[in-house]
Order: sequence, then C-alpha cells, then structure tokens
Amino acid sequence: MTAVTFEPKPGRRPLASMALAHAAMEARLILRNGEQLLIAIVIPLLLLVGGAESGNVVDLGSGRRIDVLTPGVLALAVLSTSFTSLAIATAFERRYGVLKRLGASPLPRSGLLLGKAMSVLAIEVGQLAVIAVVGLALGWRPSGGLAGAVASVVLIVVGTAAFASLGLLLAGTVRAEAALAAANLVYVVLLTAGAVLIPVKSYPDAMQPIVSMLPSGALAQGLRDALTGTNLGVGHVIGHVVVLTAWFAVGAVLTVRTFSWD
Amino acid sequence: MTDHAGPAVAVDDLVVRYGERTAVDGLGLSVERGSVTAILGPNGAGKTTAVEVCEGLRRPTAGSVRVLGLDPQTQHARLAPRVGVMLQNGGAWSGVRAEELLRYVASLHAHPLPVSQLVELLGLGSCGRTPYRRLSGGQQQRLALAAAVIGRPELVFLDEPTSGLDPQARRAAWDLVERLRADGVTVVLTTHYLEEAEQLATQVYVIDHGRVIAQGAPADLTASRSRNSIRFEAKPGLDVASLAATLPDDHAVTEVEPGVYRVVGQLTPHTLSAVAEWLARLGILPDALAVERRTLEDVFLELTGRELRT
Repeated sequence: MTAVTFEPKPGRRPLASMALAHAAMEARLILRNGEQLLIAIVIPLLLLVGGAESGNVVDLGSGRRIDVLTPGVLALAVLSTSFTSLAIATAFERRYGVLKRLGASPLPRSGLLLGKAMSVLAIEVGQLAVIAVVGLALGWRPSGGLAGAVASVVLIVVGTAAFASLGLLLAGTVRAEAALAAANLVYVVLLTAGAVLIPVKSYPDAMQPIVSMLPSGALAQGLRDALTGTNLGVGHVIGHVVVLTAWFAVGAVLTVRTFSWD
Repeated sequence: MTDHAGPAVAVDDLVVRYGERTAVDGLGLSVERGSVTAILGPNGAGKTTAVEVCEGLRRPTAGSVRVLGLDPQTQHARLAPRVGVMLQNGGAWSGVRAEELLRYVASLHAHPLPVSQLVELLGLGSCGRTPYRRLSGGQQQRLALAAAVIGRPELVFLDEPTSGLDPQARRAAWDLVERLRADGVTVVLTTHYLEEAEQLATQVYVIDHGRVIAQGAPADLTASRSRNSIRFEAKPGLDVASLAATLPDDHAVTEVEPGVYRVVGQLTPHTLSAVAEWLARLGILPDALAVERRTLEDVFLELTGRELRT
C-alpha cells in the first residue's frame, strides 16, 4: 500500500492556469483524432496544391492563381477549426457527460470557454503557419503590406469568434451525431457555395450579395482583399468585419439562450 | 478547513420536478462531517437527482440545500473545489487516456494527490495509456473514483461507485471509501447494494419515490423493530394470501423470486408453527425453511412491499 493521505486540502488553481490546462487537453484530443486532422490540415493543403496546379479548371478571377487561392485556403482552415471541429468536439463532450462533469469541477464556465478559445486559436496558428509556408513555396506573394497583415489578423479573430459561436450553437442544441453530420455538411456547402476559395466576383451576379453576407464569404473575401492589396480601404475591411460581427452576435445570443449542458 | 460547524450536507424539503414527473418529493437529509452516508433505494427512487442537486448540477424546484454551509447554485464557484464528484456514468472524453484525464483533473486543483500513487492504489497502472473508450466498465468506474478524490476534497459524492465492478474491484473501492473516512473526508454515496450500505455507511437513508422512508445507522435500522424473517423454498406460485390470512395483520408474505418465499413481521415461535402447518395442509415439504436475521433488504421490503433489486 502506498502512503497516500486523503486528508482534505482543497483548492483550485487560478483561472488562467485552469483554462490553459483545458486548452492543452482539448488541443491534444483534436490533434489525436484522424478525421479532425484531415479537415484541419490535409484537405486545405490538398486544395492549395491541387488548386494551384490545376490550370484554369476553376475560375478564380483576375490575379495570380496562387495569390487568390492561398487566402481562401487560410479562411477554410479557420472554418474547419473554429466551426466544424469545435462543434463536433463540443457536441460529443455534451453526449459523453464531460460538460456535466466539468460543471462539478473547479473549472467555471468562463474558464471552459476561455480554454476552448485558446485551443482553437493555437490550432489555427499551426494551420495558418503550415498553409502559409506551403503557399510561399508554391510562389504565393502576399501584397498589402502592414495594413493587409493587420486587417488579416482582425478578420481571422472576428471570423473565428463568428464561426465558434455558430459551432457552439449547433453543439448545444442537437444530438452529437446530428451535430457531426451538420458540421461536416456546412463545411462542404460553404467550401463550394460560400465563396471560400472562389472569389465573390466569380459567382453569378444574383448570388454575389448573398455569398458576401455569409461568414465564409466575408472572411475569405476579406482575406483575399487584404492579402492581394485590393480594396484595402478602411470601409471595405470594416464591411467584412461588420458582417462577421453580426454573425457572432446572432450566434452568441442564440447559444446563450439555447445551449443545453447535458 | 471548516468554515462552519453545521452538517456537511443539509437538505430540507427538497422537491425536483421534470415537467410532470416528480423525481424528488420532499426529501430531507443531514450528513454529518466525517461520516459515510449511504443513500439507498431502487433505480428511479430519486437518488441521482438528489445528489446532482447537492453537486450544483441541477436546480431544485423547491426546498433548501446547503453543502458545507454553501448554496450549490449561487455559491458554486466557492464550493466546487472543496467537493469531489463521481457521476453515475460517463464524464470523460472518449479519446482521453486514463492517466491523462487524472493529470488534467489534478491541474484544476491547488494541492492534488500524486497521480502515480492514486493509479497504483486503484489498480489502474496497467491501463494508464489506454483511451477511455477502450477501458472496461470497471476500469472506467475506478478512474471516475480516482478523479473524484484527486483534488483532496472535504466531501465526495459517489453515485453508484461500485455498480458493474467485480468483487475484487468492489473490495478495492470499499477500501478507498474507508480510507477516505479515516483521513477525515465526508463521503455521500448512493447505492442499491444493501451489503454496500451495511458495510460502509455510518448513516443510511432509505429512499423511494423521492422521499426518505427510513433512516439511521445500519444496525439500528435492521434491529429497531427486532423483526426477523422466515424464508422457505418450495414450488413456485403458492397462494401467499392464504398463508397471510393465517398470520397476524402486521405480517407480510411475498414470493421474492419464483419458489422463494419470505415471511416478515413480529415473529414468534407460533409464526413458525403456523407456516409449517400451512405447508403441511398443502402437503408440501419445503426444500428449505429458515429463520433469518433482518437485513436492510427486509427493511426495504417491509416499507415498500417491493424488492430493492427489481
């Protein structure tokens, strides 16, 4: 027998350190999961390499193909992690009673949310770095300078918030299997019809106002504009940010109202 | 660590309704500090709901609940670090490894127990790197038990801690509960195993349909009415009502399982002879006939007319 003493000595760690521990846990679980890795990194890279090498099978509009394509793939990576992965992981946490169990742990809900945010952002940083390196190797030359870089960071952060709020809305309302199916379906639909890879201007005129109002369209077109140095006026960037913020607001309000913890 | 002198858990007139269904219906409990309290009852009696209210996981419909002097709803942030919780099932990511889960829970607490010692104590060493979904039911139970105590809580709630465990693992879990008590931890456990309540608990609450139907130390509960039982085995389907008719009113006769009969009541030597005469009239020589010490099972049967494990 070991000399364990159970003599009570309770206490919790500071919020930031609990949130960090939670973020590390979630990130490890996602990186360990083959399907999640597939949509987080393998599919975006395939689309980047395939899209760059495929000639003009798909019309990407004016400009060098790789310069138009890479920002879209970056947006796709954000979509996969902040929406699809988060929704699936959280829905199964609900199903397996993890959220319930954590409700009785020292980790408060604010810490849980903070931990999830840190986990999503950390994975995104990794994805974006890999995609950027592969893009650069394929000849990507981002233009747009400091203003473009700042605008990109803002768009990615607000876009992540928007997709995450929608992902949690899905995770907190339907069964885990339904959330899994819906999250993947939304990923595919937005990828093809949501102006993720294909510029808004390449869609039929009637569809352009619609796709640019989608969170995917706002994020991806914003990144394309910022990283090709077009439409870099404050008004344009703010337009995309406003669309994403509106999606975040709707997602957050509905999530708070409807989220079921078990 | 104590910031008030009252009971560890005080539940008064607790009511919990889910829509039309009343799960807990005027429940009252008082758990002394340092005790092991068992909440005993059949499935669906409201045990889990009552415990989840104490853990702050459910809102009461009515009534008052104080845990370590705090309100589990409004003072949850102060209470949670001091309370260890084992849910009845689940509570872990399917892909998490056993030791990884314990390290994670430990990282939420200020003074956790060493993971390695707890792993050894609960015999989880061989499956430390196994993902949760591949653990056996018994390993999952022991892991949940370890996670409940790793933060060195003052009070632990264990919801059916040994259901599904083999006898050896159950013994290990019982040892753990005894060590917790020896080290000054208050333990509240739910169970539908009578021997578990009799073995571990200093105080037992028998609950049914969401309310307490008996309470006391196990020995007091089984001895209080000094009523033993007569058990006999014969062919199934005998007319127990006709036997009951020959006995005083406070006696109950049931066929507890096919061919096994139990007579409970204020037994006297005459009761035994009445049973023997009734059998003789039917021309039956029982396969077994014995006077048995009253158990919590009998207490439950008398109070509800039903078996605990049905």
